[in-house]
Amino acid sequence: MAGIEIRNLRKHFGDLHAVDGVTLSIHDGEFLVLLGSSGSGKTTLLRMIAGLERPTSGEIHIGDQRVDGDVPPRARGIAMVFQSYALYPHRTVFQNIAFPLEASRTPRKQIEEKVRWAAELFSISRYLDRYPRQLSGGERQRVALCRALVRDPKVFLLDEPLANLDAKLRNTARDDLKRFQRRIKTTTVYVTHDQVEAMGLGDRIVVMERGKVRQIGTPQEVYEEPVDTFVATFVGQPPMNLLEARDPALPGRTLLGFRPEHFLPKGVFGPSDDTRPFRFAVRRVEYLGSDRYVYGSVVEAGAAPGEVTIIAKLPATIALPIPEGETHEFAVPRRALRYFDADTGLKRAP
Amino acid sequence: MKRVALYAAALGFVVFAGFPFYWMLITAFKQNRDLYVGASVTSHVPWIFNDPPTLDHVKLLFGQTDFPRWVLNTLVVVVAVAVITVAVAVPAGYSLARLVGRWGEGLGMGIFFTYLIPPTLLFVPFSRLVSLLGLQDSLGALILIYPTITIPFCTWLVMGFLRSVPWDIEEQAMIDGYSRLAVILKVAPRLIVPGILTVVVFTFTLVLQEFVYALTFISSVDKMTVSLGVPIALVRGDVYHWGALMAAALFTSIPLAIVYNAFMDRFIQGFTMGAVKG
Repeated sequence: MAGIEIRNLRKHFGDLHAVDGVTLSIHDGEFLVLLGSSGSGKTTLLRMIAGLERPTSGEIHIGDQRVDGDVPPRARGIAMVFQSYALYPHRTVFQNIAFPLEASRTPRKQIEEKVRWAAELFSISRYLDRYPRQLSGGERQRVALCRALVRDPKVFLLDEPLANLDAKLRNTARDDLKRFQRRIKTTTVYVTHDQVEAMGLGDRIVVMERGKVRQIGTPQEVYEEPVDTFVATFVGQPPMNLLEARDPALPGRTLLGFRPEHFLPKGVFGPSDDTRPFRFAVRRVEYLGSDRYVYGSVVEAGAAPGEVTIIAKLPATIALPIPEGETHEFAVPRRALRYFDADTGLKRAP
Repeated sequence: MKRVALYAAALGFVVFAGFPFYWMLITAFKQNRDLYVGASVTSHVPWIFNDPPTLDHVKLLFGQTDFPRWVLNTLVVVVAVAVITVAVAVPAGYSLARLVGRWGEGLGMGIFFTYLIPPTLLFVPFSRLVSLLGLQDSLGALILIYPTITIPFCTWLVMGFLRSVPWDIEEQAMIDGYSRLAVILKVAPRLIVPGILTVVVFTFTLVLQEFVYALTFISSVDKMTVSLGVPIALVRGDVYHWGALMAAALFTSIPLAIVYNAFMDRFIQGFTMGAVKG
C-alpha cells in the first residue's frame, strides 16, 4: 500500500516533450485515471512510473521510496497490465500467473495456492492448463490481471487494458475491474483515451494534453467545472458547446459554454427557472433511441446565424417535435452556463 | 467448382516444385544409352525409363569419388558456421533492435551493406589472412570465411524479425521480477526461436551453394565440400557425368527438402500468436 508522488517530471525525446513538467499526487488506495488523446504523454508518464522509461528530470516517489533514479522496474513494487496483455506465449495460463512468483523464488506450494486463489477470483480456474492463444480477448485480459494481482504490488499500472475488447465485453470488464479494485484497495493508475472509461472508473481523473496536465479532479468536477475549453470539449459526448457571448453584461471576448443536455426547448423549463434563451436554427435532427441530437446554430438578435455548430441533446422523455430547417426557442439554465476567456481558453467568473 | 480450380492450381504448383526432383531421380537411375540419345530421335520419350533403371551412377558416385567424405565435410562446415552465426548474429540483431534505439537502424543498414560486397573483391585479402593463420587447404578456412557472409545478413534478419516481436513481453518480465540480463537470457530466446531457425536455414542455404571461396581455399579432394567436389570430380573436361551429378544432387537435396519443410511449418505457425492481441 502506497501513494505516488510525482514532482515536475519531464521526458524529452529529442525535441519532443512527451511529458512536460507533471506534478501529481496519487493517494494511497486511489483509482486514478490518466485521460488524454494519443500523444498526450499519458502512456509515457505511466512507463516512467513503471521504470521502463527513464525521466529526463523530475522525481517519482512510490510510498516512501524515491524511484526515478536507478531503481529497476522489478524493485518498484508495481504490477503492470499492458494493452496487449503481454502473456508469455509458450507458457500455460497457470505458468503465466505463476511467473512473477517464480521470479521472486516463492516456495512451490505457496505459488500453487496463490495462483488458484487469484484464478478463482477472476473465474478463470477452468483455463489454467490452456495456452494464451487458446483464450478469447476477455479471458486473456483476466489472466493478465491475475498475474498482476499475485505479486501483491503496492501499485497497479494499467495501460488501456480494455482497449482490445469488443464494446459489449468492455462494459462488464469495466465493472469487474472497478469492483476488484474496491475490494483489494491497491493504488491504481489507469491510462485511457476513452472518457467513458475514465468517468466510470476513476476516483479522480487527470486530463492530459501535449505532455501537460490540464485538470485534476473527480469525474464530476472535470465534467461540470472544466478549467479550460480543452477539457470542456475533450470530456463529454457530444462535447460542450462553446459560443462567443454577445452580452453587454459580460467582459469582451468571453465564450459561453454549456453541455448539450442542458440546451433544451424553452417550453421544457418552468416560468420560475432562471434561464438564458437562445434562438436555435435547427439544421438536422439525429434520432438515437434514448436521445435525439439536434444540430444547428444560434441566431443572435440582429445578427446572421452563427457559424459555430451547436448541439442539443434531448432525452427521449421530451417528445416535442423539432422540425428541421426552422428556428426554435431554446434555453439553458443559468446555473449550467460556464464562461471562458476566448483568448486563453481558461475558465473565468461570469 | 471453386474447389476444383483450387486443386488444379495446387496440382500445378506441385508439378512445378516436384519436377526438378523427378528429373534428378530418373536421370540418376537411367542407363547411359537411355540418357544420351540424339535430339533427332523423335520416338524417344525423355521423361520415362525407356530401358530398365540402373545403379551404375550411384556406384560411380560412392565408389569412385569422395562423395561421402564431401558430405561429411559440408556438414562439419555448416554446423560450425551455423553455431558461429547464431552466437554472433542473434545477440547482435537483438541489441540493434532493442537496445541501441535510434542508432540501431543506421548501424543495421551499415552491416547489411557489407553483405553486398562481392566475394570476388574479397578473396584476395582473405587469402592473405588465411595463409597468415596457416589455414590454407583446410576446412578451417571455410569456417573462418563463411561467417563473413552469414553474420551480416543474419544480423539484419534477426533485427527485422525482432522489430515485429512486441517489446511488451520482455518489459512485462522486467516488471515481474527479472533483470534486463535475465530477460535476455531466459525470456527473449523463447520469443526469438523462429528467428533463430530462420538464421540456421539461411546459413545452410548460403553455405551449401557457396562455390567461389571453396574453390579458392580448398585444393585437396578430401577437404572439399559437396558444392565444390561434385562439379570438379564429375565434370571431366567437357564430359558431364549427368547420372552421377544428378545422383549427388538428389542425395543432398532430398534430406534438405525434408528438413526445410519440417521447419517451415513452425515459421508459419506464428510463434507469438496469442501473446498479443491477435
